[in-house]
Amino acid sequence: MFAFLVAQASDWITPVIDWHAVAPELVLVAGINIVLLIDLNISDAKKWVLATLTGFVMLGALLPVVTLAVIGDDSRSLFDGRYVIDEYALILKAFFLLVAYVVILMSQTELEEGGYYQGEFYVLMLCSVLGMVMMSSARDLISIFVALELLSIPAYMLAAWRKRDVKSNEAGVKYYLLGVFASGVMLYGMSFLFGATNSTLLTDIGAALTDGDLNGLEVVGVVFVICGFAFKISAVPFHTWAPDTYEGAPTPVTAFLSVASKAAGFVALVSIIFLAFPNASDVYEPLIWTLAALTMTVGNVLALRQTNIVRMLAYSSVSQGGFILMPLAFAGNSNAGGSALNAVVVYLLVYGFMNLGAFAIVIAVSRKTRSGEISSFGGLFGYAPGLAVAMTVFFASLAGIPPLGGWFAKFNAFRAVLQAETNPAYVLAAIAAVNTVVSAAYYMRVLRSVWMDDAPDGDTSPVVTPAPIVAALGITVIGTLVVGVYPNAITRFAELKDLTGAIVP
Amino acid sequence: METLTDQTWLLTVGTFLPMLGALVLMFWPKNDEAGIKGIGILTAGVTMLVGIYTLVQFDYGQSAKLQFFVDAEWIPVIKSGYTIGLDGISLPLYILSMAVTFLVMVYTWDNMPEAGNTKAFYILMLVLQTGMAGTFIAQDLILFFVFFELVLLPMYFMIGVWGGEDRRYASLKFFLYTMFGSAFMLVAFLALFFQTGAESFGFAQLIDAGAAIDRDVQIWIFAGMFLGFAVKVPMFPFHTWLPDAHTQAPTQGSVILAAILLKLGTYGFVRIAIPMLPEGAKAWAPAIGILAVIGIIYGALGCLAQTDMKRLIAFSSVAHMGFVMLGISTLTSFGINAALFGMVAHGLITGMLFFVAGSVKHRYHTLEIQRLSGMLIQMPRMGWILGFCAMASLGLPGLAGFWGEFPAILSAYQPGFGLSEPLFRTLMVVAAVGTVLAASYLLWLYQRTAFGEPSDEFKGHSDAEHDAADRGHGVAHSLSAAANDHAHDGDDAHEDIHDVQLTEWLSWTPFLVAIVVFGVYPQLMFKVMDPAVTQMVERLGASLG
Repeated sequence: MFAFLVAQASDWITPVIDWHAVAPELVLVAGINIVLLIDLNISDAKKWVLATLTGFVMLGALLPVVTLAVIGDDSRSLFDGRYVIDEYALILKAFFLLVAYVVILMSQTELEEGGYYQGEFYVLMLCSVLGMVMMSSARDLISIFVALELLSIPAYMLAAWRKRDVKSNEAGVKYYLLGVFASGVMLYGMSFLFGATNSTLLTDIGAALTDGDLNGLEVVGVVFVICGFAFKISAVPFHTWAPDTYEGAPTPVTAFLSVASKAAGFVALVSIIFLAFPNASDVYEPLIWTLAALTMTVGNVLALRQTNIVRMLAYSSVSQGGFILMPLAFAGNSNAGGSALNAVVVYLLVYGFMNLGAFAIVIAVSRKTRSGEISSFGGLFGYAPGLAVAMTVFFASLAGIPPLGGWFAKFNAFRAVLQAETNPAYVLAAIAAVNTVVSAAYYMRVLRSVWMDDAPDGDTSPVVTPAPIVAALGITVIGTLVVGVYPNAITRFAELKDLTGAIVP
Repeated sequence: METLTDQTWLLTVGTFLPMLGALVLMFWPKNDEAGIKGIGILTAGVTMLVGIYTLVQFDYGQSAKLQFFVDAEWIPVIKSGYTIGLDGISLPLYILSMAVTFLVMVYTWDNMPEAGNTKAFYILMLVLQTGMAGTFIAQDLILFFVFFELVLLPMYFMIGVWGGEDRRYASLKFFLYTMFGSAFMLVAFLALFFQTGAESFGFAQLIDAGAAIDRDVQIWIFAGMFLGFAVKVPMFPFHTWLPDAHTQAPTQGSVILAAILLKLGTYGFVRIAIPMLPEGAKAWAPAIGILAVIGIIYGALGCLAQTDMKRLIAFSSVAHMGFVMLGISTLTSFGINAALFGMVAHGLITGMLFFVAGSVKHRYHTLEIQRLSGMLIQMPRMGWILGFCAMASLGLPGLAGFWGEFPAILSAYQPGFGLSEPLFRTLMVVAAVGTVLAASYLLWLYQRTAFGEPSDEFKGHSDAEHDAADRGHGVAHSLSAAANDHAHDGDDAHEDIHDVQLTEWLSWTPFLVAIVVFGVYPQLMFKVMDPAVTQMVERLGASLG
């Protein structure tokens, strides 16, 4: 055995590393160490420096992403094609870094005022973002798994950050237990795939799996891997952790989980479906169709009943996940495949802006009201018209009303589905259309409180919004509006050719 | 389709100018009420001037062609462009939307709804205007959809914030109904696009390609569009949001809703659903005709059962839009011309009726028909205007309402493209009965509110009565009725029943004049619309073979 390993090791060839291509990751790694070291050596009073520093690390990592995009030659492939930097990876890396930057803006005041462990928070956040950035490029089962764990494990801790709060502990534990369980299921499925195809490289698996010729092992592998990711993206019936975790976790963390962590799950799912399962559509299409239909419907119906805004946003994010998932059910359709990829990526980008914005508003307002009830938003339009208008932008966008970003995301998802021109596609589109209306009901109910109700207890003192949150709101409002009016700003980044090696049969 | 591409900037400026005004208002100090109103009215006024310039520049000899046409890149990935243009079908509605918004804003100068916040109110009206104008110029399905939906939020807030007692319920109902319709409409748009395999979402391409789709598929796609447009019109049985929305909305909201928003639905049928899906339209025409006539009768009966003046006018809208839809369902150029005329006429007349209702409410603080009476004694001018509008609304020849209703009924005598004559002739007869009912509810309304003695409750509170009393005592009353707006403030709740005031005159006169002008000389509008309608019906004929 040992001799065998030595024999293997002697074949070791130092891989050629394209340092420019991995620069974003390197900046993050360096940033993690710097933040950690500084945190150890400064007094509590100066911890605020860390937030700023972490923000700069995010922007610093964004810099090579931009230069890579500007140089824009062919995709850069590292480690035998297991780690690929293509347009698809770049747009998503930029997205994750920007989201993380906004989340840091949102957490800053909360952490300072709450007396939480600031240094550790930012270090863990950076680790998680590193995992996400790696996920965008991972094209191998093992690198996907490593990235997934790297982004999840810090998130489990972040969810439980309010140490003295029972709910926050519950959030962390639930998230952890179910997350680990999901990882187990996924890893089990991956082992089946490896056993059946003798490779962990996605494109190799894709070549080995062929429709109509799948054996039981392969089918189980495909199903388990998808179900494992279904936990990550909180698709029904694997969504049960989401509302409790979202409600219990500190709100900026919830925003981070519901946008970045979820997006990372989708990114992995997209890579796997387009690279590894293009010829297994007989298996995954009905599975994803069902997951999507259930997710949007159940998420919506449960959201209708919520009185707490964070829980409502949790269920709303479950339901939005259904919409993001919907086009993937037709990824293997020769008409719709390309549009499906585009639809998922565009939806993620838009969803990032509007959902982060919605949470930023919740943070801003609850600083004053100290309540998470929807009714506590009453009268906001009277005493804080700016926040009320921003909130209208985000919630109307989530409901999919033009000319705010959400409409284009939804439209694009519908477009991809209908392009398939099959009966399941029409049925799913009809289900989604009904769901759009149902979702409008609860989003509008919040806006109704904001615009039409009186302030509870008649407290109309103005809301003081700290500068970082104003900045976060500015970024998200502008993003939501620009995408809605000029969708071309993002759609062109997410075409099929941008994902190296993607196949639509 | 041939297009004219002169002065391509004109429509864009006319549509987005209100947005600019809204942007300026957003940064204007909230307390400067007069400044806010001034900017709002100025923006709408300049927009109106752009509209008048458009009217002047429009080439009436070629009104079948799209003019001021622009086809710019917008979202190339989904093959949707910024394609806009104006032809004889859309011109009257485009101008109407500008005029109505401007006049409503003038009216608001003195009649701000109670909830206050002038700034937000004017911003919403300006945003609404962009949405409405944009819907009428869009020549691309996706662009149309965006504008069509853009009006949703402002109207939701307008009803919800500045509305009456039940405003929350009414606004949400309005919103969800419309959203429901448009969700299916969007699915239908996409299905149409993919079924035709068209190169873009432009109307022209889809009209060319749409006829080639299988009949069964066309029927399904038409059904989706039908949901979207029929909710907006609203057609029976999707009308139930309308009475609530109208009753609860502030006067300004009601006027805009009646005058323009309802037309987005009928316009959608004429511009999109029918030309793009000829077979689907033909298959659906009988159903649309039947629902339209049910709407006429149902609306009229609903009117007879109302105790609230505003709700009565709202139900009369259902009936009137029934006539419009009946005209459209015949698929003849005669019927569609009548429908388009009816849309504008209804916009003017019902808009005016809602104005009057708003002013009555403002003075009497009630719209209960039972409590109102003797309006002609207390406010003679207002009473006459109400009478005039009631007459116009019931379709009196010589006023605009007649030319929408009568030809629509007539067109059902001979529907196009082999549609069942017995069916449509039956519909014609029933619709004719509807006009009798219209006369009865409107005259009944007029009789109860305007004739007779003022009720005890309000007796002696009006300026007209004061003047009479003053003359009787030989005391010179130095303040004229129109100018002493708040002279009697304080001592009595009903002291402020005065006749039509300056801002009301300013905003109403154009409506009243237009009702007469189009009533006396309907050709003014028919000759603009007819070439475009005829061309559309000819194309329909070509594809229905």
